[in-house]
Amino acid sequence: MITTSAKRIGALAIAATVLVAACGGSSSSPAASAASAASAASAAAATSAPSAAAAASGAAPSGVAGPATCVDGSITTSGSTALQPLIDAAGKAYTAACPKSTISVQGGGSGTGLTQVLQGAVQIGDSDVTAESKLQASDASQLVDHVTTKQGWVVVTNTGVAGVTSLTSQQLQDMWACPSGQSAPKITNWKDVGGPDLPIVLILRPASSGTRATFKQVVLNGQTECSGQALTEDSNGAVTAAVSQTPGSISVIGFAYYQANKDKVAAISLDGVAGSVANMASGTYKLAAQGHMYTKGQPTGLTKSFLDYMMSDPIQKTLIPSLFYAPVQ
Amino acid sequence: MVIAAVVLLLGFIVWRGVQLFVVSGVPVTQILSPTWQPDPLSEGTTYGLLPFIAGTLAVMAVAAIVSTPLSVGLALFMAEVAPTWARRIAQPAMEVFVGIPSVVYGWLGLTILVPFLRVHFGWLGFTTGFSWLAGSLVLALMILPTITSISYDAFVAVPADMRSASLALGTTRWQAIRHVVLPTAAAGVATAIVFGLTRAAGEALAVQMVIGNSPIIPTSLARPVTTLTSQITLDMSDATGTWNEALWTMGLVLLLISLAFVLLIRWLGRGRSRA
Amino acid sequence: MRRSLAADRLATAVLWAVAVFVILVLVAIIAYFVIESIPTFSLAFLVADPSLTDIGGIGPVLWNSAYMLVLTMLLTVPLGVLGGIYMAEYAGEGWLTNAIRFSQELISSVPSIVVGLFGFALFVAATGWGFTALGGALTLMVFNLPLLLRLSEQAIRTVPADERAASLALGATKWQTIRHAVLPVAIPGVVTGIVLTAGRVFGEAAALLFTAGLSTPTRYDFSNLNPLDPQSPWSPFRNATTLSVFIWKSNSEGLGNYVHEVANMSSMVLIVMVLAFNLGSRWLGGALQRRVSGL
Repeated sequence: MITTSAKRIGALAIAATVLVAACGGSSSSPAASAASAASAASAAAATSAPSAAAAASGAAPSGVAGPATCVDGSITTSGSTALQPLIDAAGKAYTAACPKSTISVQGGGSGTGLTQVLQGAVQIGDSDVTAESKLQASDASQLVDHVTTKQGWVVVTNTGVAGVTSLTSQQLQDMWACPSGQSAPKITNWKDVGGPDLPIVLILRPASSGTRATFKQVVLNGQTECSGQALTEDSNGAVTAAVSQTPGSISVIGFAYYQANKDKVAAISLDGVAGSVANMASGTYKLAAQGHMYTKGQPTGLTKSFLDYMMSDPIQKTLIPSLFYAPVQ
Repeated sequence: MVIAAVVLLLGFIVWRGVQLFVVSGVPVTQILSPTWQPDPLSEGTTYGLLPFIAGTLAVMAVAAIVSTPLSVGLALFMAEVAPTWARRIAQPAMEVFVGIPSVVYGWLGLTILVPFLRVHFGWLGFTTGFSWLAGSLVLALMILPTITSISYDAFVAVPADMRSASLALGTTRWQAIRHVVLPTAAAGVATAIVFGLTRAAGEALAVQMVIGNSPIIPTSLARPVTTLTSQITLDMSDATGTWNEALWTMGLVLLLISLAFVLLIRWLGRGRSRA
Repeated sequence: MRRSLAADRLATAVLWAVAVFVILVLVAIIAYFVIESIPTFSLAFLVADPSLTDIGGIGPVLWNSAYMLVLTMLLTVPLGVLGGIYMAEYAGEGWLTNAIRFSQELISSVPSIVVGLFGFALFVAATGWGFTALGGALTLMVFNLPLLLRLSEQAIRTVPADERAASLALGATKWQTIRHAVLPVAIPGVVTGIVLTAGRVFGEAAALLFTAGLSTPTRYDFSNLNPLDPQSPWSPFRNATTLSVFIWKSNSEGLGNYVHEVANMSSMVLIVMVLAFNLGSRWLGGALQRRVSGL
């Protein structure tokens, strides 16, 4: 090893500088001036410090006012990935105005949020469904529900499925649910619903997801999905990617995810009603549900301040519509 | 301390793993059912783990079949054939291979392998690309460095005398490899493969990204299947109650599979040291 | 004879082909990420905060990866190396040693997702810390410690018996022997062990999903040196999404516009870090050996 090292001096020198740069932040003050050439990593340490830089590059939309009063502290929320874009943006707007508070927003799924808020791992659990439907009654009664928004989902297909723009609840049931004793749904080819001669590829969320639970309740009337023939992907993002890639695929994603991927997947109207914020707000679009934020016991401190902020005008009137949710009022 | 950690970990997983049977009263035999219907919103729940166990074993087996010839071949190359300069490339390359994180392999599988299978082998039944084979190929790549480095050690451990004795008898290098090196190192190579399998059984994220996650008994390489690890990653965060207990039971099954492998490795090792 | 010569040549060719194929696959993987990343890569990506809707950056997660690495290694290295010395030099052959060895093997084969669940139950829920860097580091330690223990034990065992005998013959105590005769020779092996272990910290994702957390913190204030303040980037009691977890997360939770670019660039950064780490540590191992044996 020693004999070969002479030949590698060039490579080693580079490696060493990278290493020094990478570790520089942990051993010395970031105020120390960054060495010019290999400064990439230490520059990261130095320039991500000022809050202004962070706020500018974050997802917080400009024009959303901060909370009326700031409460210092640090909280974490976790749960529904369908609600995550909204809560993430609200959290960033809050902390942009209140530099002494930290709000970490995690996904993980509705069950995660409920379980973790119950265990005390997070302060707020975000869920697409009520705690009563997920937890035992004794556990659910410890949680306090805060309905902060209304959210909708849209049925999407791969863009290669031409000629199908609307499906009825009955058709969706025939595509999703197994008739009793059967291992395949009634409709397995797009030609049966006016589309091309192409097999239908069902992409489900895991059975534990809030999206799947809502769809099952609202559209499938509680019938069991034919999971044997379907793909399962674990979040809105992964489903969107799979639908955009896979010919003949169909699935259900949150409005915000659809809006961000309009060019990659095709939206399907449900019983002739297009999935839009206006239709959801007016109540004509039925694939929608309340967005819940649960706390264990009554909220206090920053948690309370953040939940109040969620109900204030900057969030309800500005942020929520801009991210394709509907206000609760 | 290590023992304490292990006892704690084992005890904990066993304790959580048997909750399904003890607390919720699910019959033990039910986990051998092929039906996975854990959703309390549906009528009638069945916690059949057979699809996951079968899927784990199936994905693992094909990965080993694909990976073994390549990695044992590479190890032989490095130990017996390679000139010094080639070894100097191959060895660090293996280290880099080990160093590439599993999520990166999963991401590669998702963006390259899955579309590739769908576009070029759609006629073979890869309608979506998410498949048993995709999972196995990703795993094969991941366990390659493991099998290579352990079998390399086994080959290098073959005494030089044995090799020179064979060569002195006028055999070619390949004959020496086939008749002397391979048989002597056989137990070591077997250990290497089992180590690879162990890693394959436990890998979660990379497989989950490409396998499609359908809870069915694997029947075709082109169809999506699922594994214990990928189901745990999918559901653990969201499932509550009995369903959650069933996931811990999956963890326990995984642990038992690892235990079986460890015992197998020990047994192989004992055979080797006796020889 | 001619047939066996032909077989020999064929076998050699096949082995060469296998080797070249495998190396090409590796080169292709690295090249793929580099080529895919170049059009969108900028140094700003290394600095900026992650974003759900925009291309964002990986500044905080990169910091977290480095931080987790240092934290885990601080916990693991002293215990692992001392344990390795004990196992190699002091432990006899007894049921205890046997049990330790069996535990090591078992724990290093436990799937990381299972270790992650264990860590969640113990370090996140039971302690009431929530998702913290420390919880993540302790979870990583669960399987890194046995690995490092085994690797450093091996490194120490390979030191020739002559070295020990010579030192002891000169009247050195056992510890002096270990310190001055055994460790200098074993250092490169021990460092390799540390590198392998460190590599796992960088790459591990499954065990960290439920322990160090998935959130994407922003606005790190590096002048805040209070290690108990959850807002301080120096604090072990805060969320710490590492780069590997971030790649997984951006695939599953990103809104989709830039998922591809972000995941490719992050993967490239991760691979480059691993490469740099490997090379740097080899160099360090060599340098350490020269230094220690010079004393």
